[in-house]
Amino acid sequence: MTDPRTPEDQTQPTDPQTPDGQRRILTPGSDLNPRREFLRSAAMFTGTVAALGGGLEVLTRRPGLSGAEAQAADPFSRADRPPGPYDTTEKVTPYQQATTYNNFYEFGTDKSDPARLAGSLKTRPWTVRIDGEVRKAQTIDIDTLQSWFPLEDRIYRMRCVEGWSMVMPWLGFPLAALIRRLEPTGKAKYVQFTALLDTKQFPGQKQQVLRWPYVEGLRLDEALHPLSFMAVGLHGRTLPGQNGAPLRLVVPWKYGFKNIKSVVRITLTEKQPQTTWALAAPQEYGFYANVNPAVPHPRWSQATERRIGELGRRKTLPFNGYADEVAALYRGMDLRKNF
Amino acid sequence: MTRPSPTPARRAPARLGWLVPAVTVGGLLPVAVLVSDALSGALGANPIQRATLQTGLLTLALLVLSLACTPLRLLTGWTWPARIRKTLGLLGFGYAALHFLIYLLDHGLDLTLITEDVLKRPFITAGFTALLLLVPLALTSTPRAVRRLGFARWTRLHQLAYVAVSLGALHYYWGVKKDHTPPLIYAAVIAALFLIRFLIRFPKRGHDRSGTRGAGRAAKS
Repeated sequence: MTDPRTPEDQTQPTDPQTPDGQRRILTPGSDLNPRREFLRSAAMFTGTVAALGGGLEVLTRRPGLSGAEAQAADPFSRADRPPGPYDTTEKVTPYQQATTYNNFYEFGTDKSDPARLAGSLKTRPWTVRIDGEVRKAQTIDIDTLQSWFPLEDRIYRMRCVEGWSMVMPWLGFPLAALIRRLEPTGKAKYVQFTALLDTKQFPGQKQQVLRWPYVEGLRLDEALHPLSFMAVGLHGRTLPGQNGAPLRLVVPWKYGFKNIKSVVRITLTEKQPQTTWALAAPQEYGFYANVNPAVPHPRWSQATERRIGELGRRKTLPFNGYADEVAALYRGMDLRKNF
Repeated sequence: MTRPSPTPARRAPARLGWLVPAVTVGGLLPVAVLVSDALSGALGANPIQRATLQTGLLTLALLVLSLACTPLRLLTGWTWPARIRKTLGLLGFGYAALHFLIYLLDHGLDLTLITEDVLKRPFITAGFTALLLLVPLALTSTPRAVRRLGFARWTRLHQLAYVAVSLGALHYYWGVKKDHTPPLIYAAVIAALFLIRFLIRFPKRGHDRSGTRGAGRAAKS
């Protein structure tokens, strides 16, 4: 395999770089003194180490965010409030982690993109259009919408379809309260949510990684379940952009991608909405997307998850641990087919 | 080297004595950065996932670099790529082993879970097969192994590197949730390297193979 011919063979007779003709062989360094030979080798060594090491770093290193916010104390404290009926007692994911490790493809596909780029999202003024099978169709300002309901805390588990989870102290109001106020007609069977479409505020929408705008949906009975929640805050603060400000859905027994962020439109429909991930990869993501350790993603297992902040993995629970509350919604359904 | 007139072939080893150590140190540099990132918290909220991803990417990058050595040598006539091919390949194997070790520890060495993953998840099957294929290549990377096997058989065995790296790229493609651009770039580079090798190996009829421009069409006369 080794080719005995080297560039030296071909260029040996004359050296174009030395017109004086004294050095006849193109072997820089070979006829210099040992010290210079050593220095030359050392320089080449260092250069190669830097080029290869640096090149590999550029190609493969994806540092997470661990900036000034890492030192900030968690604004939320469990001690400040009485526990609610649906709260988990598990350790809450620190604010820093909950706000720097996000899937929000509108900003980019890397988990640190949302936290880096969320500054471009303008959450005021913000309106939500409400239409479809409701008697009170309207376009409403987010502050007015928020003022309709007393804000509640909900400490929920959040399980991502990728196999990681967090415990999130949300602030918001039950979705059921909103829907009842809108007075659905007899034809309403589903609730469709649409997120903002704006490539200026959402640079990730310039790439057609998904079909924009992001759309999600629930069956009306799922939406009316007391666990279904609209969040406007996290850790006792206004919701940060990277977590879906100013208004996002939280359905804790479903995979995280159901929890649509930055909602601008809520439509009650007769037909099942065409949801973003189910359109992108129908064999991998269904409309229901209930957390289910027994139904693997076609490419990876869903049996375990990593709780962010822990090194090991824990077993994933059916309906993300909310089976007692929600399993009855799916009685008689084949959850392997309706994944 | 101060010998009066050494032949170029004999002189070359001493002049490039720094090359393999430099590639080794440069190739291991990411380990040091990874450890430092882990200690400083720079790996972010899910450090295990970042470390898994990075060691996997390092495996692919180093295997691709290793496979690029021979095409580069044949196309340019340079001999130095041949000297670092083995080092790059072994570094790639080392990162693959580290990648797998992190995966094993991440799954708490739970053999039931891991066996099910390897057998039932094509994504894991592809990666695991790639690692298995690299083992005999790493074991036969010594000059002694080349002599023992004979050069022809050794070369045939080491063509498995192409299968392994392709499976590695497939593993990456299947592991990505949606943005398939990066794995497709790796796949394209691997395909290009394979194509160059193919064209050099099977040039057009009547082509003089001593030419270093391998694409076959150059010497049509």
